[in-house]
Amino acid sequence: MTSLRALFVPHRIVLMGLFIAFVVWCAVSLRWDWIPQYAPLALEGLWRTIWLLVVTCVLGFLLAVPLGLAQAVGPWYLSAPAKVFCTIVRGTPLLLQIWLLYYGLGSLFPQIPWIRASELWPILRQAWPYAVLALTLSYAGYEGEVMRGAFSSVNKGQLEAANAFGMPRFTVFRRIWLPQAIRSVLPTLGGETILQMKATPLVATITVVEIYAVSSRVRADTFVVYEPLLLLALIYMIIAGIITLAFGYIERQVPTR
Amino acid sequence: MDLILETLGLAQSAELLSLSPPGWGGNLLRGLANSLQIAFGAFAFGLVIGLFGANGKLHGGVVTRDLLAIYTTVIRAVPELVLILILYYVGTDLINKAAQTLGYGRVEISGVVAGIWVLGIVQGAYATEVLRGAIQAIPPGQIEAARAYGMPPLMLLRRVTIPAMMSFATPGLANLWLIATKDTALLAIVGFAELTLETRQAAASTRAYFTFFLAAGALYMTVTLCSGFVFGRIEKWARRGQPSLKRSKR
Repeated sequence: MTSLRALFVPHRIVLMGLFIAFVVWCAVSLRWDWIPQYAPLALEGLWRTIWLLVVTCVLGFLLAVPLGLAQAVGPWYLSAPAKVFCTIVRGTPLLLQIWLLYYGLGSLFPQIPWIRASELWPILRQAWPYAVLALTLSYAGYEGEVMRGAFSSVNKGQLEAANAFGMPRFTVFRRIWLPQAIRSVLPTLGGETILQMKATPLVATITVVEIYAVSSRVRADTFVVYEPLLLLALIYMIIAGIITLAFGYIERQVPTR
Repeated sequence: MDLILETLGLAQSAELLSLSPPGWGGNLLRGLANSLQIAFGAFAFGLVIGLFGANGKLHGGVVTRDLLAIYTTVIRAVPELVLILILYYVGTDLINKAAQTLGYGRVEISGVVAGIWVLGIVQGAYATEVLRGAIQAIPPGQIEAARAYGMPPLMLLRRVTIPAMMSFATPGLANLWLIATKDTALLAIVGFAELTLETRQAAASTRAYFTFFLAAGALYMTVTLCSGFVFGRIEKWARRGQPSLKRSKR
C-alpha cells in the first residue's frame, strides 16, 4: 500500500489536480439530468449485478471443489470428464455459452410437455436461471483448474500424518486438505472473482436487467452516449476495488508462517 | 458417410452446416476468419503496447510510471464490454473530428480496424503486466553486461531482453492469445459479423439453436487446442538450452 506521504509528491499532486479538473469538467459540461429519473432502476440493476456475482461465485466454487478434487486425485472415470468440462468451458467464449443455454435450452424446454406442466415452468420461462447457470458453470470451469493445482500442492506429509492419527477420510479433507488448498488459492480467487464481475454484463444480452442493461437503456432512451458509460465504468471500478479490499482482508485473517 | 449421418439422426444438422448456400457452414467459417483476423491484430497491437508499457513501467520516469499504473489498473477493473463501447465511440469520434478538421466528410470505420483498436488496447494492459514480470525475471547481470558493452537501448531490447524473456513470457502470452480469441466474441454485441454473431443469425433464422451453437463451440475449441499445441512448441523453442523444469524440481 502506498503511504499518504508517497501520495503527495509534486508530480502526483499535479496528476491529481488534472484528474480533479477532468471530473469537474465532466460534472459541469456533460449531461447528467437523466440521473434522477433512472436512479431507482439503476439501484435495482446494481443490486442484481451484485446478487448475480455473489450467487454464481459461491455456487461455482462449490462445484469447483469436486471438479478440482476429481482432477487431482480422482480415478480416470472421474478425472477425464472433469478435465473435459474445464477445457470446454475455458476454451469457448462465455457469450457463446450463455446464448447456447438461453436460446438452446430455452427453445427445447417448451417442446417437452411435462416441463411446461411442472411448477418450475414460471421460473424457467425467465432469463435469470440461464444467466446464473452459465455464469456458475464458467466460474466452476476456471476455478476447477485452479483447485486442481491447489489440491495437489498441499503438503503430502500432513495428509499422511492425519492418516496415521486414524482420521476418517472425510475429516482429513474437511480439516486439513480443503483449508490448506483454499488458503493457497486465495490470491488467485480474488483475481478470478474480479474476472467474474467483468463477465456479468454479458447476461444483459439475454434480457437480464442488471446495471449494464440499465445504462444501455439510458443510452437508447436519451441518446446520451458517454455519460452512462463513464458512470458505469466508475461503478465497476468501485466494485472491483471492494472485491480487492475484501480478499485482502480475508487473506490477512489467515495466519502465515 | 450419408448412411452414418442418417443413422445417427444428424442428417438435418449436416445439411444445415453444409458449406454451400442452403447450409450455413460458409457463414460460420467466414465469421471464424473475421474473428481470427481481429484476434491476430489485437494480439500484435497489444504486444507492441505491452513492450513499450513494460519498458515504461520499469525504466520510465515517475509520471510515465504513474500513468501506466492507472492504465493497467483501469483496464483490468472495467468489463471488456464497457471498454469496447467506450473505446469504440471515442475512436470513431476522434477520427471523425480529425477528418472534419482536415476537410474530409464523415469516415466509416471498418469493423476490423475498430475491433483491433479496441481489443488491442485491452490486451495491451494485460501484456504490459506479463512482459514486465518476464523482464524482471531476467538475471540483471545479462542486461548490465550488454550495457557495459555499450549497446544502444533498441539493440539491447532486440538482442538481449526479448530473447531472454521469451521463456518467461510464453505461458502468459499464450493465455493472452486465448483471451484475445474469446474476447472477439464480445464484438458481436457492437454488431460486428464475427463467429458468434454469424452463429446467432444462422441459429435464429433456422431455429436450430443447438446445432449452430455447438458447431461454433467446436470451432472455438479447435482454435484453442491448436494454439495450445503451437504455444507448446514456441515455449519449447524459447526454453532451448535451459535445464528442464522437471529435472530441476526433482
